[in-house]
Amino acid sequence: MVKNAAGRMVPDEINGREAIPFQGVGKHRPSGRKYAPPIPTCIDYPEDNNKVVASLREALEKCGLRDGMTISTHHHLRDGDLISNKIFEIAASMDVKDLVWLPSASFPCNDPVIEYLGNGTVNRIEGSMNGPLGRFVSEGRMKGMAVLRSHGGRVQAIQDGEVKIDIAVLAAPAADAFGNAKGTGGPSATGVLGYAKADYLYADKVIVVTDNLVDLPCFPMEIEGNYVDYVVVVDKIGIPEKIVSGTTQITKSPDRLLIAELTASFLEKSGLMRDGATMQAGAGGTSLAIAVYVHEMLRKKGWKFRFGFGGSTKYMVKMLEEGQMGYILDAQAFDLDAVKSIEQNPNHIPYPVFNAYNYHSKGNLTTMMDIMILGATEIDTGFNGNVVTHSDGLLLHGIGGWQNCLHARNVIIPVPLFRDRIPVIVDRVTTLCGPGELIDVIVTERGIAINPRRQDLIDSVKGKGLPLVTVEELKETAERICGKPETAAFDEKVVAAIKWVDGTVIDAVRKVKS
Amino acid sequence: MKQAITGNAGPKVRSDIEVTLELTDSGGIELIVKSKVKSMYGNAIEKQCRDLLEYFGLKNARLHVDDTGALPFVIAARVEAAVKALSGTSVSFLPEMIAENEYVSSRDRFRFSRLYLPGNNPGMFLNAGLHSPDGVILDLEDSVAPDKKDEAKILVRNALRSVNFYGAERMVRINQGERGLADLECVIPHNVHLVLIPKCENAQTLHKVDEKIKEIKKREGQPETVFLMPIIESAGGVERAYEIATATPNVVALAIGLEDYTADLGVQRTREGNESLYARNRIVVAAKAAGIQPIDSVFSDVGDMEGLLNNVQSSKAMGFEGMGCIHPRQIAVIREGFSPSSDEIEKAKKIMLAYRDAIDRGLGVVAMGSKMIDPPVVARAEKTINLAVKLGLLSGKWSEEEVTE
Repeated sequence: MVKNAAGRMVPDEINGREAIPFQGVGKHRPSGRKYAPPIPTCIDYPEDNNKVVASLREALEKCGLRDGMTISTHHHLRDGDLISNKIFEIAASMDVKDLVWLPSASFPCNDPVIEYLGNGTVNRIEGSMNGPLGRFVSEGRMKGMAVLRSHGGRVQAIQDGEVKIDIAVLAAPAADAFGNAKGTGGPSATGVLGYAKADYLYADKVIVVTDNLVDLPCFPMEIEGNYVDYVVVVDKIGIPEKIVSGTTQITKSPDRLLIAELTASFLEKSGLMRDGATMQAGAGGTSLAIAVYVHEMLRKKGWKFRFGFGGSTKYMVKMLEEGQMGYILDAQAFDLDAVKSIEQNPNHIPYPVFNAYNYHSKGNLTTMMDIMILGATEIDTGFNGNVVTHSDGLLLHGIGGWQNCLHARNVIIPVPLFRDRIPVIVDRVTTLCGPGELIDVIVTERGIAINPRRQDLIDSVKGKGLPLVTVEELKETAERICGKPETAAFDEKVVAAIKWVDGTVIDAVRKVKS
Repeated sequence: MKQAITGNAGPKVRSDIEVTLELTDSGGIELIVKSKVKSMYGNAIEKQCRDLLEYFGLKNARLHVDDTGALPFVIAARVEAAVKALSGTSVSFLPEMIAENEYVSSRDRFRFSRLYLPGNNPGMFLNAGLHSPDGVILDLEDSVAPDKKDEAKILVRNALRSVNFYGAERMVRINQGERGLADLECVIPHNVHLVLIPKCENAQTLHKVDEKIKEIKKREGQPETVFLMPIIESAGGVERAYEIATATPNVVALAIGLEDYTADLGVQRTREGNESLYARNRIVVAAKAAGIQPIDSVFSDVGDMEGLLNNVQSSKAMGFEGMGCIHPRQIAVIREGFSPSSDEIEKAKKIMLAYRDAIDRGLGVVAMGSKMIDPPVVARAEKTINLAVKLGLLSGKWSEEEVTE
């Protein structure tokens, strides 16, 4: 264990590999050349370019599935994913052991993987762990150490060879026999396949699984067939109503709406809202409500956002269609309206996280975003943020794009001051996921705290009737109402490493005391 | 073995605690704490429970708590209610009165919106004041189940001391009859600004309430007046509206409750509201005659903001000066609806300027263009201007600013 630049004790070795402790924001600069997959030869592929094989099992066998391999998947099928669990079911039946699963995110539908973690088929997950999976890991029951990365960090790890993908299994709502694939069309449309790019470019072997085989060319392709080894056709890759919600809903909670209103009011009074600005907000109920208020503001002023970055929802689509947003650049679609918009609107453009969030990119979209709305499970008085554990120490969320998005120009976190009795603003975050120097504003129902590093923002809203407080005042108010919480008790054993966007280790999650 | 269960638990319950208490003859205190927030507050909950049992002098008892993140004032209320149910003790455990709760109210403050909070649902109390209603009503009457009345009273008392309502007028709706008088005993010493009296039929009821409050205030050595807002919910009440409005000088507003009123008439409550037109008119006239605020019934479809706005506008047009809210999202619509519109303010400004001009020039008749303006029109314009200034919609020095522009 070693103390990193953020003062956190982190492992210097993860699953037998040396790990670099966090050095500070923008301090770590790896050298050398990017990782590259082995050189294929076209003569090894059928001349008619028909790569369809009979089953996923056959494809996995042909890819040489064996002990210790790393299998990657994307999460575009969300909670309706019917493919990921299948891979490990097949592996278990082949008596393959110690696989590493590298999903871009996991969902409750992936809980059956616990069985394969238990019987040795899977050694560990390097990706997000939610619900029962998170509890399983937090209780120290997973054999290997979990590694949590941001969406951009996953691309970084793949590109610099920190993770080597042996087989990428990429579900696709539409594909042709050559392996070209896209997110639109068919019964399981996801709209975009923005998380699959690093996987198909860098994996040794690539399997595309579809329930909608179309004639070549499957266009516009998001996965290029030239990188694909096998195509598998199945009855169903996903459960449609669990892939995208029929309709995303803004929050009905009056308290969350109040926070959304305050956030919108901050954006207006600070001058961050302006003609030509860029914005990104998530699909959570509060974010959606903020989007609705912001849309109204744009309409009244006759302003237009230059572009918004997805995940997209019907509220963003509405801005695009009604002329308050120039473009949507999109890595994932959250609802049916968004899926339809991608199909039909040329200004709604698929834009992989590969190009938006990646540390090894020659520039990123996130640093261009003027307004970034993010969530958090905890924020501390140093403005540091936690998104992966709750205050009781249990792993409950993935990092998603959160760390990457912190690099936006203005990062605003609307959160309730406490949830039930649990304070959100605390002395020290249970798990450090993002350094406080990147978090600018916290909006709660009991006041807005601006990071003292952002004197410009403080000056911009002074005397404009907003309930400005210090982050310490927020913390004291929370403790006055809820009482001072005890800190969660942990064992020494590290169950998960939290990576920063550059691949260094920013914190570690320890086993919860049983 | 006698057992008392207080509070609430279940999959949908949050920020509450269910307390199961049994008094035993020996064996000391057996305490089992089940809590959603155990890793952070388990020890605090256990200590608070033990301290409370000791405070109430219980040496042998079995106490099981099932907690969903209840704050300390809720835990205290639930345990006290359980102890009282079993032992009948008159001892109370009062949590600290927070300094923010010591403000006073005034007779003529605005009562556009007042938010109903079911008295036995502590989760809804905490952020109520943040939504800026003119008043919060901690309700002990219809929103509380009959078997939960005793514990709600204690919970409401603790909330009045511990929960910051951020400047909202602090109101309690008591029960009818003797139970209502007992409610007063429990809550009045804790800075209640206004008491709502449901199903008020006559002046006599108000006299009883007023006397009871005076008696408690005297005993507690507290000087403040407690205002009264009777709610008229029957044909008889409507017939005696003026008598009720003038029953005591502490009556500051007269409200109407249409669900019960229409039930009393044996008719359906409709969206158009023709069945209650007379009653609503009568309430307005009686209140205005008595110099108090007429307050309209709640709009019960919380999803229909447009319907609410229409309702508020017709209410305002009839002369009402406020309306109850059953959801925080209704507050802004109601406030906006009852506030003078910018058109109304502009028109009122023109009338006032013309009036002042006429006075300055010593004219007996006020005219705007070719139109003569009668004194009542001036009086109404002045009311609108005063309201707009009080609401911060218009500067108090508007006429000077008007000239310099």
